[in-house]
Amino acid sequence: MSDMAQDINKDTAKIDLKGVSKAFGNNHVLNDLDLSIPAGKSLVVIGGSGTGKSVMIKCILGLIPPDSGSILIDGKESTGQNLKIRAEFMKKFGMLFQGAALFDSLKIWENIAFGLVHGHGMCKKEAKEIAIQKILAVGLKEEIINLYPAELSGGMQKRVGLARAVAISPEIIFFDEPTTGLDPIMAEVINELIVEQVQGLGATALSITHDMGSVRKIADYVAMIYGGKIIWKGAVDDLDHSGNEYVDQFIHGRSNGPITRRLI
Amino acid sequence: MTLILNFFAHIGGSVFAFLAATGRLASFAGRSVMHCFTPPFFPSQLLRQLIDIGYYSLPVVGMTTLFTGMVLALQSHTGFSRFNAEGAVAGVVVLSITRELAPVLAGLMVSGRVGAAIAAEIATMRVTEQIDALRTLSVNPFKYLIAPRVIAATLMLPILVFVGDIIGIFGGYLVGVYSLGFSPTNFLSQTWDMLEYMDVVSGLMKAGVFGFIVAIMGCYHGFNSARGAQGVGAATTNAVVSSSILILIFNYLLTQIFFS
Repeated sequence: MSDMAQDINKDTAKIDLKGVSKAFGNNHVLNDLDLSIPAGKSLVVIGGSGTGKSVMIKCILGLIPPDSGSILIDGKESTGQNLKIRAEFMKKFGMLFQGAALFDSLKIWENIAFGLVHGHGMCKKEAKEIAIQKILAVGLKEEIINLYPAELSGGMQKRVGLARAVAISPEIIFFDEPTTGLDPIMAEVINELIVEQVQGLGATALSITHDMGSVRKIADYVAMIYGGKIIWKGAVDDLDHSGNEYVDQFIHGRSNGPITRRLI
Repeated sequence: MTLILNFFAHIGGSVFAFLAATGRLASFAGRSVMHCFTPPFFPSQLLRQLIDIGYYSLPVVGMTTLFTGMVLALQSHTGFSRFNAEGAVAGVVVLSITRELAPVLAGLMVSGRVGAAIAAEIATMRVTEQIDALRTLSVNPFKYLIAPRVIAATLMLPILVFVGDIIGIFGGYLVGVYSLGFSPTNFLSQTWDMLEYMDVVSGLMKAGVFGFIVAIMGCYHGFNSARGAQGVGAATTNAVVSSSILILIFNYLLTQIFFS
């Protein structure tokens, strides 16, 4: 039995996707996808562009309803629930978006405190103090708290996005291509911050990325998505000897192999 | 035969697409109204929108109604002088401004200024995943983004039109007194004699409906924007065009209801 299977058997899976399918018109993005993520572990999903990684995360978050299948969070069904129950699930989640998705009209501290104030009903003063703590935790200076997102560089925006994602101390954190568009040094900084924050919170993490450096840094487990299904999953240490030709081609970036580029 | 069938299929498809779009819009409007009356509320967002939509639209609406009142006085004087009916100028100005021109022109100007801004802002938030981010932070975008804009536009447009009524009549007064030689007292007394309570109230009620239309169309097109810069541009254009057309259609319908 693999490490991942043992982890899932030991404890209930934090996130469990069973037979999840999603199509947009004739484009079947997710096709009977199964995936389990053990509690307190970091799983990274790799795969080419357009293979459904982002759609999978959005289905788990409830931003897109799946066409069929089941998504269990802590063993409870999250799909097809009313707004009140969905809101309870949402309180467990934190998300770092690919472009950080900071609110343009709000100051940096207001962005970080947003979930605490509006989602968890905390008073602004207390939320601001936590926002400052999180700003410092992601390696930014306190002076930036009164700036607006447009006044920050891309790397700083990613750090603020990370601070916002962890501010509510979520049980599950999602990272959507966290290092895309960053220089290698900043990418490494973000990776280290992700590991530090996830481990600090004891959270379960689900990331999607193309960046193999990021995968090796932040993952306990890796899964590869292709054709709308998970075609391989295992411990990050097994990645280089997965015995799966799709994984080998992807992690080595070879143009020849079983993965073919479809003309769109 | 195939050609004829294709022709009817095309028409049928267009009709179904129109009905589907109307249904989506009605559903969106219904959800928006529902969220205006159910907690949680975001007073700081509402205050921001009241200022953005109301206070910052004052110069545009004021200039529009001022010059409309002035032109109306000039044109009606030119026309009525042919029948020796110059005395009706003040009445024409006050009725035209309060019943029709102030609400319609203010609605169209606010549609261009506010409707476009609402659509562009929300569409950009859609494209940059800020709306998804709101949801992941346990905040309903209908309550945070849509409801404050709908409430603010519906409340502020009548106030803008009321101010526009005064400025428009004042424009007519300026031209009447200083250009056409009317006595100030006569002009004001004719204006007051001609004006009825319903003239102002009907204009303000129209303005409330137009404000609702402007906000809903801006929010709807922004919220359902396609990806990319082109999607944001299309959302903005569609918001302004559709709200302008709806304002003109509803102006006719409301006039029919109030004055038929």
